[in-house]
Amino acid sequence: MTDMRAQLARTATDLVVTDDRVAVVLAEISVDRFRGAIDAAPDRVINVGIMEQALVGVGAGFAMEGFHTIVHTMAPFLVERPFEQVKLDFGYQGLGGTLASVGAPYDYGTEGGTHHSPGDVGVMLTVPGAEVLVPGCAEEVDALLRRTYANGRLTYLRTSVSQNDEAFDVASGRLEVVRRGSRATVVAIGPVLTRTLAACEGLDVTVLYTPSVAPFDAAGLAANVGVDPLIIAVEPFYQGTLVPVLAEALRHVPARFASVGVPRRFITSYGTLEKHDRELGMDPPGIRRRILAALDEAA
Amino acid sequence: MATQIGLDRVRALMARATGDEKHEESSTSTLDALWVLYDRVLRTTPSEPRDESRDRFILSKGHGPTAYYAVLAEKGFFPEALLDGFLESGNPLGSHPDRNQVPGVEASTGSLGHGLALGVGTALAIRAKRLRDQRVIVLCGDAELNEGSNWEAIMLAAHLGLSNLTLLVIDNHSSSIAMGPWEAKLSAFGWSAVVVDGHDQAALEEALSFRTVGPNAVVADIPEGEW
Repeated sequence: MTDMRAQLARTATDLVVTDDRVAVVLAEISVDRFRGAIDAAPDRVINVGIMEQALVGVGAGFAMEGFHTIVHTMAPFLVERPFEQVKLDFGYQGLGGTLASVGAPYDYGTEGGTHHSPGDVGVMLTVPGAEVLVPGCAEEVDALLRRTYANGRLTYLRTSVSQNDEAFDVASGRLEVVRRGSRATVVAIGPVLTRTLAACEGLDVTVLYTPSVAPFDAAGLAANVGVDPLIIAVEPFYQGTLVPVLAEALRHVPARFASVGVPRRFITSYGTLEKHDRELGMDPPGIRRRILAALDEAA
Repeated sequence: MATQIGLDRVRALMARATGDEKHEESSTSTLDALWVLYDRVLRTTPSEPRDESRDRFILSKGHGPTAYYAVLAEKGFFPEALLDGFLESGNPLGSHPDRNQVPGVEASTGSLGHGLALGVGTALAIRAKRLRDQRVIVLCGDAELNEGSNWEAIMLAAHLGLSNLTLLVIDNHSSSIAMGPWEAKLSAFGWSAVVVDGHDQAALEEALSFRTVGPNAVVADIPEGEW
């Protein structure tokens, strides 16, 4: 299975080759993976070194000249460190571009909290008009990047190590109904779908899937909840990030919400991604335990 | 004589844009340099402000834009009457310029330390477009250069050999920390740099017209009290 990061580089390289209005700006991270793009278009694929404010500003400068810019580095250094450049240089100026990250929420598990970014999606949701996409696998990375890179909007494309077993047709932006049930509607975002399905084994719940946090398919959610609905978000970022999005989608319906996400505390231990998933309740048993708690609380 | 008449007209236009007196010194200290740029250095087409063949100018500091607006109005980018409504609701001329509202404005600025990296990206972009004669000139204040983001861009521009990029520093001595010596500091980062009298239009024109093999900086010195 191709990993998302490799797919990102592959698709971006293809776009560099086929569209002379594509520019890629890197900050050391993944430079080796973009070697083909650099060789193909050295004037449009730039490694700025370790300077993330310049990374985003330079990307926006390309965008000011009409280029479709793909800006790439690790999530905390793409979203959080240079956030004012993201907000103003792209957002406020109304420029389109793709901010493509690796590493969130805690893929670099052994590196510690300085390299974690479970808050990236919440931060990006504060930028008016930004698209926030959390693909579930490499095929979705390819489809989403091709669909959005030239659409004139600021897009945050968050790739991760964890992947789902199955790819969905994400072109429509609609919520996918993966399975149906009656006690609750579970909304799985991006790469947590496969483990969410495992967690829901034997439970009478609907499972919906989308990689698109913004825009979010509000109509699709409204169409797939019952009376007095309980909505449980399974989100690979800080717990509760999605709840305002869900609440807005169901603003005309009395509804209850619960969240299974990354707990809102600094992760101060080290270890593998799987170890962090287990300790943070984001592995299948943990997700199941938390979904059952939400069902019990609502009963 | 003609340029002096034009500058006198710009001063009269500036007087029509009132309400941002706290930034008056910031504005007046840019006046000579902005006038020289738009009157004698930059190639622009006011009727087609985004024409590809233009030179690009970014007012990075954004603060005190009345001189900038007055020069743009004098050169015909937008009607002079807009200056009368400066800062008013519904008028596009705010206390920091907006590229989506004001013809001729390349970048929306005001938060300090953004324009130079935007300028580096713009310089790279026009190089990628094979626009070999076009230039990018970014104006920063001396205190704005306190921001570390500028030094990322300064380091990067030299590394990339951006001969189409010029940094124009208006040194009106507003920085609380010492920023000089400019030539030595910028040269150490790989830039060509020259300090000129910020009110000497001939010196400004000569320095701003000079092309170098890498990025170059022109520091317009405005002594305290001579804003």
